[in-house]
This record gives sequence, structure tokens and C-alpha cells, in this order.
Amino acid sequence: TGQALYVDDISFPEMLHGVTVRSSIPRGLIKQISFDRSMPWDEFTVVTAADIPGANHVALILEDQPFLAANTINHPAEPIVLLAHKDKYLLEEARRSVSIEVDELPAVLSLEDSLSKKEIVWGEDNVFKTFRVNKGDVDSAWANADLIVEGEYETGAQEQLYIENNGAIAIANPDDGVTVWASMQCPYYIHKALVKLFALPEEKIRVIQTETGGGFGGKEEYPSLIAGHAALLAWKSGRPVKMIYDRAEDMVATTKRHPSRTRHRTGVTKDGKLVAMEIDFVIDGGAYCTLSPVVLSRGTIHAAGPYVSPNVRINSRAVATNYPPHGAFRGFGAPQSIFALERHLDKVAAAVGLTPAEFRRRNFIHEGETTATSQVIREPVDMEGLLTRALDLSDYHAKQERFKRENANGSGGLKRGIGFASFMHGAGFTGSGEVYLQSVVSAEATSEGTVRILAASTEIGQGTNTIFSQIAAEALGLDLDLIEVVRPDTSSVPNSGPTVASRTAMVVGKLVESAAIGLKQTLIGAGLLSAPYSQGEFQNACAQYIKKFGPLRSSSKYEPPPNVHWDDEKYQGDAYGAFAWAVYVAEVLFDELTYEAHVEDFIAVQEVGRVINPTLAAGQIEGGVAQAIGFTLFENVVWENGRMLNNQMTNYIIPTTVDIPPIRVFFLENPYAYGPGGAKGIGELPMDGAAPAILNAIENATGISFNGVPLLPEDMMEKVSTTARGDRFE
Amino acid sequence: MDSGNTLRIRFTVNEDTRELDVFPMARLLDVLRQQLQLTGTKEGCGEGECGACTVLLNGEIVNSCLVPMAQVEGSQITTIEGVAKGDELHAVQQAFIEHGGAQCGICTPGMVLAAVDLLSRNPNPTENDIRTGLAGNLCRCTGYMKIFESVVRACQRDS
Repeated sequence: TGQALYVDDISFPEMLHGVTVRSSIPRGLIKQISFDRSMPWDEFTVVTAADIPGANHVALILEDQPFLAANTINHPAEPIVLLAHKDKYLLEEARRSVSIEVDELPAVLSLEDSLSKKEIVWGEDNVFKTFRVNKGDVDSAWANADLIVEGEYETGAQEQLYIENNGAIAIANPDDGVTVWASMQCPYYIHKALVKLFALPEEKIRVIQTETGGGFGGKEEYPSLIAGHAALLAWKSGRPVKMIYDRAEDMVATTKRHPSRTRHRTGVTKDGKLVAMEIDFVIDGGAYCTLSPVVLSRGTIHAAGPYVSPNVRINSRAVATNYPPHGAFRGFGAPQSIFALERHLDKVAAAVGLTPAEFRRRNFIHEGETTATSQVIREPVDMEGLLTRALDLSDYHAKQERFKRENANGSGGLKRGIGFASFMHGAGFTGSGEVYLQSVVSAEATSEGTVRILAASTEIGQGTNTIFSQIAAEALGLDLDLIEVVRPDTSSVPNSGPTVASRTAMVVGKLVESAAIGLKQTLIGAGLLSAPYSQGEFQNACAQYIKKFGPLRSSSKYEPPPNVHWDDEKYQGDAYGAFAWAVYVAEVLFDELTYEAHVEDFIAVQEVGRVINPTLAAGQIEGGVAQAIGFTLFENVVWENGRMLNNQMTNYIIPTTVDIPPIRVFFLENPYAYGPGGAKGIGELPMDGAAPAILNAIENATGISFNGVPLLPEDMMEKVSTTARGDRFE
Repeated sequence: MDSGNTLRIRFTVNEDTRELDVFPMARLLDVLRQQLQLTGTKEGCGEGECGACTVLLNGEIVNSCLVPMAQVEGSQITTIEGVAKGDELHAVQQAFIEHGGAQCGICTPGMVLAAVDLLSRNPNPTENDIRTGLAGNLCRCTGYMKIFESVVRACQRDS
């Protein structure tokens, strides 16, 4: 109906607009900032690093990223000056009237240059983080391999492209402190960053989520910057300040998916058993650390997939370059390393003379076996069953036969192929992450007998509010309309942690369930209610309790499931409380004339514990697969000297209604003991499987192996035309 | 702003007649959002690619970010605020709610108007008609499947 208010739909009296003046070079030193005399600068609020009341860094993992660059420029979208004025149009002119004089320094703009330390652009060695995973003894295992297969794989940057750009409104003054309204995933990330930026006590900072038009990770850590900028302008001007990026600025300045390079060396026996896996995984973190260590961690842990190899070694690094910082994006490193593995295993299968399906069947992990981090799988896992189901549903074997025949007969320049990928995705924070977070959820009953759920977990379109309502309603035996999920506002909701990592339904949902049960137990304990009860009895009991004792509130704090152990030093142990498991099949039509690949059919079969809400769950899978198809065949960030060149929807292409095949979604249910009502995480899983499935299908169609995404027609043209016809279909 | 350059424009929005002084090249999108406080029309890209700013102009769907006010004189505009009749939601709106056609909601106003427009011209569209009819509206959340389903359900409800 158009009634929901997103941040750009909100206004305050006397409100100013704010803009950011950025660098234009990837690396250098600021010599001077000059303001063109033709502008009436006394009408403007101008903020530079010198105006920052507290610490000039965005509090997150490390303290390396400034809110405003004071001396050093490390990427081409580095914010340097902030301007505010009531007239948006004049403001745009003013932005162009500020010039930044610089001494340019040589920049590092590739993984290779960063790794070879061509220039040191961050710390002592350009490395944000390194992980080493060791299982068994890889070095001596090579001797037992009949065959060793090597491969190198790359993935590019990807823009989250939420349809609502980043934006924030701030009101800030020394008396009342700082209040920010913004489009966001993680209210308490912003809260923490503003506490440091303004050097104010926690209670002086208030962060309120507005209706949020998509996030996908792009509103995980970045909103701390734009919220801080709006707040600095509001602090100096004494007026409310609204800062909304237009699409071009959002694409140039905000985070993207980390580009990656993965090298595999795999030893197998002649009957197709994995003997040793050596994996080198590198991601490009951009100019500042942001969340790169955590992205690297997830990518590392998923790099060896749902397979058992007695010997595994994974070396991984997140390195610095002079691109704008790369950050969180659905999947968080896993789509990158899973792409490499699932492409590579098709190659290994071919080398040992097995079909991709048979090779994987011989190596799938089972209950009681151990992953690369030596985590013993303690839940029933049926990868074979998922694979069989996916191949049946897609009519894989019959189609493969038919396509082989038709492709050989010419088929008018059109070739079809079918391919799949099998994979898993860990739900919740990695390793000890959930323990450190200490998430809290509260449930509060009103005297009318309705229940309010208080959590900092954000509704960003994925259905948080519906899922929390369903969980609480089920736990209390009430109708859905008696449950209200309160809008996240740091002044009234406890910190239930960030809305990331497919943790909201599984981890926070479990806290919602126990907080709700706490209410019921309080009422029963007070002798006001006894089970079984009707809805009316519950409502009466709430009214009586509040009359007698005052507010009725129950809070629940995260407790790890039993027997979960993680060793941060060795990177060994129970990486995730639970994994979701999946097999995705893609059918592709390749046009030999235009070099276009079109996905014609897509089957997504997965096990995510119990499905709480089938419509929302399927919606998550379909949306994730569509983004992953974009990642594979459409979305290409063109860089020029560290800056995104195609920063428009006209030339950065995401899939439209005519580009997406029917996405057929199937769930196999296997309730998880420690999730609410048996649920596990789901949001990121669908990002992982499409890219390798599609490239495996393209190889099946063309006989040519492509090892990088995005894979555009021009890339395919080059390789198809340089591959002699005789080399294919031999 | 210098009022000397403005133009008086008369048009109807959601059946109300409006008379405004505006710059001839002001975007219809900005006038709706800022002068008329009809913020249901969203800006996603500002260049006619995403369809978040879709409105009906004389019964045809347009991207309001590409329409200068000079072209609006005498026209009839329908925005998302004018799709429901009072408290009664349009069949398309109801279907989007029931069948998961909306996730984050930012593309939804434009998507609903495009679907309303499609059904007004073609009450029983095939899946292909739906895909083509909504091709100017980008959604990043749903992967479009539940949007197609919602449009199909809206037709069933209508008939």
C-alpha cells in the first residue's frame, strides 16, 4: 500500500541534507583541501577529520578504517569531507567545488601484487588474516595417491544491489546525545561505532532501524559509516541531517563480495577415494580489514565441502589492496571456496574415469565422520539421498543422454548441458563466535495478554518478524496475532546479535522460544496458570500477574549446545552447531552464435532441519539462487584504477524476470535438536551451489572447462574460439 | 529556489485534482515524494532501470524518475497509495501478501502497479506474459518465483 516508511521517506523539521566528498585516487597523501570561492560556504556545515569528537575509526574487528581520512588515502572512494545544506541541488554543486590536492602513491590492485608485496599498503605484509587447517598428514599422503589433480579457480566482486540504497538520518547534540534512524541489519554494530566516534556513554547513543529495503550483507557493517557521517554533520550543525546515497555513490563506495582465488591439489586412488586435499584460498579484502577475517574463516571451513578426506591442509589469507573495502555478502566466503571445490571435483572425477555423481558418492561425509576441521558430524547426514532426489527430480541421467545425442547432431548452434553441485553451509557464527556474542532476547507480556518480542534482529525482507511470531505463538499455544515483534531500537531491545550468518531463525529463534516459555513458566510458577490452558486463560493470567506483581518479562541468553568445542589456535573442532546440506542441479542452453548461456531449469534440494514456514523458506532459496545466477552469468564489476566504472543499473546487470529459470525448491526435513522447533539456518545456503552447477553444466554442453565467475559471453567467446574443435567431444 | 522559472501544472493524483508550481524539468518522482508526501513511490536507480518508481500515467506504466513535470499537465496519475479502494486491498496486493510476493518491500509498490497494469490489459496472462509484463521491474529478494505465483493467484481471485 506504500505506507511502510523507509529512511528516505522520513523527514524532520529544519532538516538538512548531507553529502560526502571522496578521494578519486586509490592511494596517496592529502596535501590540501580547497574550497572554490564561488560557493557561499558560510551557509554550509563542513566537517573534516578535525571535527571528530571521539576516535576517528569505525569500531569493528580492527581499528584501521577512519570515518574521514585525515592524511592518508587508501582507496578511491575514501571519505574526506562532509557537507550539509538544506538545498539538495546546491549541495551537489558544492560537492564538486571541493578539491583534494594529493601526492599520489603507487597502488596495489591485484591479489598477486598484494601477495608479492609489490608495495606494502597495509600493516607489515598486506595480510589481514591467515588461517591454517590441518587434518592428518598431507605431505606423506601424496605417496598413496594414484593420481594428483590440480586446478586454479577465481571469483569476482559482486554488488549486493539491495533496491533501497544505504541511508541514515541523525539528530545529535551534546545534551541529548546521538539518535540515528537508518536502513540496517545490525543496530548494535552502529551503536558500538557511534559510542567510539563521539566518546559518549552507551546510553547517549540510540539507533533505530527503519524499514529496510534489502541487505544481503551490504547493510551489515557499512551503515556504521553513513550513520557516523550523518551524525557528525548533525552534531556540528545542530540540525537533523539526512544522508541518502544515490545508486551511483552506493555502488562506488559501499562494500562488495570479496574476489577470490583458490588453488586445489587433490590426491585420489584409482577407485576414486580422496586421499589428500591441499587448498590455498586467498581473498581480496580491499583497503581496510572490515569483516575480512570472518569472511575468510567461513570460506576456509567450507573449502573442503561435505566430503571425507583423511588428509587435508588448507592455507588461507585475506590480503589488502587499494580497492574500497570488500565486506559481508550472503554466503560470506563460502560461495567462493565452494565454487572452486565443486568445479574442481568434476575435473577429478573425469581424471579417475568416474561420473561426477559416482565420484562424489564415494566420498560423501556421514554421521560419525570428520570434516576438514576434524569436527565429528553428530547428526544424520544423507548426502546420497539428497543427490539421488535431485538427479531424479531434474531427470538428470536421461537428459544427459539426450543432450549428448542432440549436441553431437549439430542442433542448430544450440547446445544443452546439465550439471550439479553438492555442498553444505554452516549455520550461525563460526567456532566460538556465538559464545562471545552472548545474545539476549526478551519477551514481555502486556495486561491485554499480548506478547511483545524484544530483539535487535532486523526484518530486512527475509521474514524475521513472521518467523519469531510463529516460534513464540507455537511455544505459548497462542494465535499469531497476539504476538508483536518490536522494531529494533537500541534504547528498548536487548542485543540479540547481528542479523547475519543464517543465525536469526536458528540461534535467535531458539532464544525467542525459550524467552516465551519463560513467560509461561512464570505464570505457572505464580499459580495463575496451569497447563493445558486456553488462550483466554493465558490472557487472564497475564492481566492478573501484572496487577499483582508489575511488569511480566522474561529474558533468555545464548547457551551453546552441549559438547561443542572449538580451538581458535589450531582452527580445529566444531566449526558450526549445525550444517544445512544441499544438492543443486542446473540445466543450461548455450548458444554457439552469441556465446550466451541461459539457465533453463534449476532444481534446489536441501535439508535445513525442520521448515518453520514453507513460503518464506522457499522464498529465501529462490532469491538466493537468483542472486547466485547473477553472480555466475551477469554481474561483472568493471574496475578502473581501483574504482567501479559500471556503477549504474544500466551497465551492472542483475537478473530480470526473463533471465531466471523456474527454480524448483524441495526440502528434506530432519529436525535439529537445538533449533527452535527443529529449524536450522537457511538464508545463505542458496548462494553457494548455483555457480559451480552452472559451470559444470556449461562444460557438459560445450566440452570446455571454465574456471572463473562471472562468466560472460565475451569470456566464453575467447575460450571457445581458441579451443580447437578437435579438442572437444573427443 | 527561483520561483520565476516555475510552471503551474494541473493534474490528478489518485483521483484528487492537484495544482502545483513546479520546475518544468522537476522529476514526477520528486514532486510525488516531496511535495505531495506520497512516499510509497520509491527511487532505486534514478535512470529508469529498476522500476521502483513505477506509477500509472493516463493508465500506462511509466518510471516516474524519467518523467519531467512538463509532461504531466492535464494527466491522471495513479500511485501505489491509490491502488487499494479504502481499506479494501486490490486482488494483486492481497495475493502478494498471501503468497510471498513481497520480501523487503522496496520494489513492491512498483511491482504491484506493473502487475495491476498487466492484468488490466490481459486478465489471463500466461507465465511468459507475466515475465515479459514485469521485465521492467527488478527485485533482488524473491528470485521472482513468488511474484509470478502471486500474479497468477490474483487472476484466479478476480475471475
